[in-house]
Amino acid sequence: MAHVLEIRDLNKNFGAIQVSRNINLTLEKGARHALIGPNGAGKTTLVNLITGALTGTSGQILLNGEDVTKLPQAARTRRGMARTFQINQLFRGLTVIENVYLAIAERTGASNRLWRAAGAERAVIAEALQHLDSLGLGEDAGKSVNELPYGRQRLIEIAIALAQRPRLLLLDEPAAGVPSSESHLILDVIGRLDPDIAVLIIEHDMDVVFRFAKEITVLVAGAILTKGTPQQIAKDEQVRAVYLGQDHHEVAP
Amino acid sequence: MIGSIASILVDGLAYAMFLFIVSVGLSVTMGLMGFVNLAHGAFAMAGGYVVLTAMRYFGVPFIAALALTFFVIGAVSVVFERTLYARLYKAGELDQVLLTIGLAFMAIAGATYFFGPIPQHITMPDWLAGHIDIGLRTVPTYRAFLILIGFALVIALWYGFERTTLGAKIRAAVDNRRMAQSVGINVDLLFTLTFAVGSGLAALGGGLSIHLLGLTPTFALVYLVLFLLVVSVGGLGSVKGTLVAALVLGIFDTTGKYLYAEAGGFFIYAIAMAVLLIKPAGLYGRE
Amino acid sequence: MAESNTVRDDKAAASSLSGRGVDFLLNRHRFKPAEALPWILAIAVYFFLPDRLTFGSQVLIMVLFALSLDLILGYAGIVTLGHAAFFGLGAYTVGLLVIRAGWNEPISSLFAAAAVAALAGFVSGWVLLRYRGFTLLMLTLATAVLLMELGNLRSDITGGYDGLPGMVIAPLFGVFEYDLYGKTNYLYTLAVLFVVFMIVRRIVYSPFGEALTGIRENVRRMHAIGAPVHRHLVVAYTIAAAIAGVAGALNAQTNAYVTLGVFEFERSAAVMVILILGGTGRLYGAFVGAVIYMVLEDDLAKWSPEFWQFGVGLLLVVTVLFARRGLLGLFEDIGRYISKKRAS
Repeated sequence: MAHVLEIRDLNKNFGAIQVSRNINLTLEKGARHALIGPNGAGKTTLVNLITGALTGTSGQILLNGEDVTKLPQAARTRRGMARTFQINQLFRGLTVIENVYLAIAERTGASNRLWRAAGAERAVIAEALQHLDSLGLGEDAGKSVNELPYGRQRLIEIAIALAQRPRLLLLDEPAAGVPSSESHLILDVIGRLDPDIAVLIIEHDMDVVFRFAKEITVLVAGAILTKGTPQQIAKDEQVRAVYLGQDHHEVAP
Repeated sequence: MIGSIASILVDGLAYAMFLFIVSVGLSVTMGLMGFVNLAHGAFAMAGGYVVLTAMRYFGVPFIAALALTFFVIGAVSVVFERTLYARLYKAGELDQVLLTIGLAFMAIAGATYFFGPIPQHITMPDWLAGHIDIGLRTVPTYRAFLILIGFALVIALWYGFERTTLGAKIRAAVDNRRMAQSVGINVDLLFTLTFAVGSGLAALGGGLSIHLLGLTPTFALVYLVLFLLVVSVGGLGSVKGTLVAALVLGIFDTTGKYLYAEAGGFFIYAIAMAVLLIKPAGLYGRE
Repeated sequence: MAESNTVRDDKAAASSLSGRGVDFLLNRHRFKPAEALPWILAIAVYFFLPDRLTFGSQVLIMVLFALSLDLILGYAGIVTLGHAAFFGLGAYTVGLLVIRAGWNEPISSLFAAAAVAALAGFVSGWVLLRYRGFTLLMLTLATAVLLMELGNLRSDITGGYDGLPGMVIAPLFGVFEYDLYGKTNYLYTLAVLFVVFMIVRRIVYSPFGEALTGIRENVRRMHAIGAPVHRHLVVAYTIAAAIAGVAGALNAQTNAYVTLGVFEFERSAAVMVILILGGTGRLYGAFVGAVIYMVLEDDLAKWSPEFWQFGVGLLLVVTVLFARRGLLGLFEDIGRYISKKRAS
């Protein structure tokens, strides 16, 4: 069976600066893969390359065995990929349910209908409520996004992505900026994700990484330093050196 | 034949220099803050009326009136920048467009109230009034003068940008505002300063244009489209781009009007559109 | 097949949806009694101000024009400085049909104007809507100016700045003559506005309209959820262009006269001012803005054009700084404030 995601020899240059070099990475169905590395290692760039928000300078990206290197973002998304953003990218002036509604409407093609009332798309609304309920956001459906505390806004990020019914989910620091009193909400949701979805998570909090990930890739200066199971990475001297040298995050299982 | 080419070239160059002098400040401030300033033409128009008033009612000589308008409008623009523009730096372009169109409307109304809608003219000093011989042909002295001032400003601005610390700071801030801020450049102050100089230059251009185009209150919007085209074709924040765009559009426009008057501005709008479609950030802008 | 499934799902889901705090979404498209108000007022004008009906038609035309801008500016969040391009194309379609082709039947002319403007909107939208920010502003501005220059270049056809005067419009349905007081024309314009408004209303409350607000609120996220952003925008732009074309056509029919002035930047700016004044992205903002702007203009501009222009400028500055949601937004805020006061 084809890999859900396969990246082959991917490179990305911004002018003379090489931000991604020779990236090779595969994710299988149900993968729980963490991408770690110091700030500026090119983690978010890699997510942008996978989604098609950026196009690589060379190399290939395959989704479920299909080469999508030349496809735009929308086409890749339709092939079962969703992402969340490190900094909230929500429809801030709209209500919570509308945020999720939009994702479903684009997935099902309802958004191409000009002649039917949005409120008459009961199936879309019902599904949106289901997604919100499953993340504990059901009570907030009618509220404006702006009214919610930041932790719950982060959950909407995930709710939108899940409403896309992805086979591949890219989580870019899902708990970033969330006060510790609310972070359990996010971790709980990540822990309960559908086991069939392949998940790639960028995270700085090593507790989260070691609790959640079955595989870890360490990215340094745009290139993959090493890959392995959490146990292997925890023991890896190179990784320790990188982290102790440049960052304050603790590498401990 | 060569004679008329020389005339077209002199007229075109003079017009291009006018466009450059007015537009360069707009380009740098837009490059710095991304602020869409549709009131820039109003500063130029106001500058023209300052020159007119100083000369007609206070007997100030032409050159002194030009210097005066540079400082007066430069100072006035800072008041607007600090009290109104600064509130909208983080706002969307729509808000900026509306605010500055509003200011332009108010300026036009004010100028009409005080000076009337009819075109105004000023009497040039004798030494600028006649024609001079440039070898191939005699050309109006005023146009030669305008070209000289334009070149002097190009050199001064080039020096200011490329050879002074202030210029280096401005270039750094245009390139990457956040980075510039993090290395301790006070971008707000820098912006206020460039805004003042840019508006002062616009006023200077407005004053210089009176003898060429006549001065009406609607100058503020009629020529605005041209200034904006020069800025966008040249690329935001690029002095070199502004110069090249002003030369191309100024000379093309003049040539077009000589050879095919009915076409009006058709060719330069078509050229400008073509450039923007191919290079959305302009000739020398950053993508 | 898929369609009938959706319908069945919809029915099954319907019962469980109320009481979940989403009634606003379920019922948004239903008509509220207050929505009858502008139409009642418009009909009242017909009976009580019979000598102002030509002016009344001009107001209705501005409402229509502002409504078309609301679709792209208010809903999709695309700022354009050249919306007059489509108004002008509509006006010239009617004018050229009458003067150069001898076709003066009003309703078919409207359709022709809508088609021409829609085509121009589709083509220019397809090309321009890939751009963003200042570049897009300049490109939309240049489009309108270019059309004006083109009209001037071929003034043998368009009549240039002198325009195409003396257009005679055929009786409506071959029966109702255009009278001196503009009675027929007023009702005709009102009817066209009503039909177009109903179409626009339906579109903005559709899932497609929702997607447009999504583009306005966060275009990056729209890309990330796989939305065909460019296609959505081109569709909206084409519809808005068609409606602006109808407004221009009505304008030409009302005045029996077209000049290149229809393409002026001032017109693009004025319609934007009207929409901002009334309130963007709320359908009825176009009504409030157009009525207030046109009535004030009619009174003040006659008395002192400078005073009027100064006032418009000041109004813009004040609106941007203090009442960004327009007059309707301001009324809402005041209403909310009062009800809060009462509650406490």
